Amino acid sequence: MQKKRSTFLFSMLCFGLAFLYVPIFILIIYSFNYSKLVPIWGGWSTRWYTKLFESPEVWEAVMLSLKIAFVNACFATLLGSLAGLALVRFGRFKGRTLFSGMISAPLVMPEVITGLSLLLLFITLSQLIGWPSARGFTTITIAHITFSMAYVAVIIQSRLSGMDESLEDAALDLGAKPFRVLLDITLPILAPGMLAGWLLAFTLSLDDLVIASFVTGPGSNTLPILIYSRIRLGLRPDINALATIMIVTVAIGVLLAAWIMWRQDKQRQRDRKLAAGDSLKHDLDD
Amino acid sequence: MSQAAETVDRPWLDADAQPFIKIRGMTKRFGDFTAVDNVDLDIYKGELFSLLGGSGCGKSTLLRMMAGFESPTAGTVHIDGTLMNEIPAYERPVNMMFQSYALFPHMTVAKNVAYGLVRDGLGKSEVTKRVDEMLDMVELGDFSKRKPHQLSGGQQQRVALARALVKRPKVLLLDEPLGALDKRLREQTQFELMNLQEELGVTFVVVTHDQEEAMTLSTRIAVMDQGKFMQIGTPTEIYETPDSRHVASFIGSTNIFQGFVVENKPDHVLVQSRRDDSLFYIDHGLDVQENAKVWVAIRPEKIRLSKTPPKKAGPNQLSGIVQDIGYLGRMSTYKVKLTNDKIVEITHPNQVRPKSGEHLADWEEKVYLSWEPTSAVVLTK
Ligand SMILES: Nc1ncnc2c1ncn2[C@@H]1O[C@H](COP(=O)(O)OP(=O)(O)OP(=O)(O)O)[C@@H](O)[C@H]1O
Ligand SMILES: [Mg+2]
Repeated sequence: MQKKRSTFLFSMLCFGLAFLYVPIFILIIYSFNYSKLVPIWGGWSTRWYTKLFESPEVWEAVMLSLKIAFVNACFATLLGSLAGLALVRFGRFKGRTLFSGMISAPLVMPEVITGLSLLLLFITLSQLIGWPSARGFTTITIAHITFSMAYVAVIIQSRLSGMDESLEDAALDLGAKPFRVLLDITLPILAPGMLAGWLLAFTLSLDDLVIASFVTGPGSNTLPILIYSRIRLGLRPDINALATIMIVTVAIGVLLAAWIMWRQDKQRQRDRKLAAGDSLKHDLDD
Repeated sequence: MSQAAETVDRPWLDADAQPFIKIRGMTKRFGDFTAVDNVDLDIYKGELFSLLGGSGCGKSTLLRMMAGFESPTAGTVHIDGTLMNEIPAYERPVNMMFQSYALFPHMTVAKNVAYGLVRDGLGKSEVTKRVDEMLDMVELGDFSKRKPHQLSGGQQQRVALARALVKRPKVLLLDEPLGALDKRLREQTQFELMNLQEELGVTFVVVTHDQEEAMTLSTRIAVMDQGKFMQIGTPTEIYETPDSRHVASFIGSTNIFQGFVVENKPDHVLVQSRRDDSLFYIDHGLDVQENAKVWVAIRPEKIRLSKTPPKKAGPNQLSGIVQDIGYLGRMSTYKVKLTNDKIVEITHPNQVRPKSGEHLADWEEKVYLSWEPTSAVVLTK
């Protein structure tokens, strides 16, 4: 009975994992296909990778995407951390519930709506004050910041509520003014959360297609936009190569974040063992 | 001269002495819940004062108001003659040791201890010197490069103490300083704390819910309940002459009998039990009317237990059947069921090693209880 259930669970697990990863594997394998026709296997080759980087269009898209992702991650981390701090630390200020709801709304808002409303905002603004005069890097970055800062705020919020509030009291008690407490105590403790938030914002921006296509303008193609526009003309092996590179980049980002967390955990365990060993030695010495 | 000598160690008896911490009418409300209720308190220089009470009675809130983390709804705090109400926490001459220690996890032990001095703008060499001194005092000199989570609970506690003391505060506030330690380390640390306090002459205010700890540590204890003080006094006063049933049963264990006053003279009172005719003769006068309802409290260790009936019948005598015996090592407890079904607890030190299974009295045996007129106290509330 027990056995039966565990085989069932195991096969469900395998099925689920296969569902998630088999398409990606196929994509990666086909990116090394020599044949020009995607569904026909023509032997191993890296020719599409070389070809890819001969195209200036692809290079431009890669650089634009990276630039947007980087600027977005920095601003989203800054603003998201401030929002998270305001929500957790400054008690029950007026309109806190509204603020909290508004912060997390972008997490569940359909991307189409976010994209459309931002596009309308940019059009209205450019009519009213003449800015932004053209849509492209700036507008995409702003759009990305609005939704990725929500993710950062959530990460910071959870990290803050797990933090001992008396740490800040202790610093105050030792003579630090509130702003110093923020610099010396709160921010360093939040740093790992902020790093994780930065990486998340970076990857979110890197693979966003919907919002970017709403708020972009002529000539400003991010990597996902480029891939999508080319794929509409039919499957192409060089796009497989491009997608593989994207997958690898994102995977590296995620693994990096996981590794940071894992290392901290490991360190903590080792420290605990060290402390236990010491107190034992101390006891025996007495 | 004798008057002066008497009040040097006990400044609270001296009407002219100026309290170091003076709290008047202190109230703290959270919404419509009153955590601290119109409290007055005087604490004198060099005292080790304990706030003792059950969970949620407002001890921490009172302490946090002294430190400046919480602003009182009403009332004033003076420390060393200065009104503190408008002075922020980072400018008060007090330091606090937190229940959770609140060591900064991203700083080494030395950096933790140095933090307060650096914030005060002291020079680098002065900071290093004082940190080293302090760490040596708490015997953690070898650990200065470690991070807090690389230390055991007892070591963390000593770092927290060092960090709070290194600024040489006028008052040290300690919120359950020994809460996280095991019993052996706790007892050892209690004495270390007392020695340190004597050495430095800093005024300590300690929050605790452990009555034994309060008894060992303190010059005086304030027993708190629901945001109010029930009684303030020396450990002996609190233990031997509690002024209410709540205090009597909160500190140690006690047997309480309900009764009414049948005779009230300046030098004694006679109380008769509600349940039967047994009489209690207590050798102190009382400010109540005859027939008033009162309670008599007798500590378990002050009752004599005997298998032979007393020679002469009189007050302060009871009899019953042994219902339960507990062997606690240094003493044994006997639960005696009186004829009126009330259970009385008696403790008896094990001065000689009892042979196995042999006790002062046996289960189900008839025993006689008696005590001195000085042993019981009458309570009116
Ligand atoms: N910030 C707050 N908001 C609302 N209620 C609070 C707040 N802080 C404390 N209280 C309430 O005030 C009461 C007293 O709290 P306090 O922390 O002073 O208790 P305590 O005596 O220290 O108890 P313990 O021994 O459990 O630490 C509790 O009932 C608590 O729920
Ligand atoms: Mg408390």
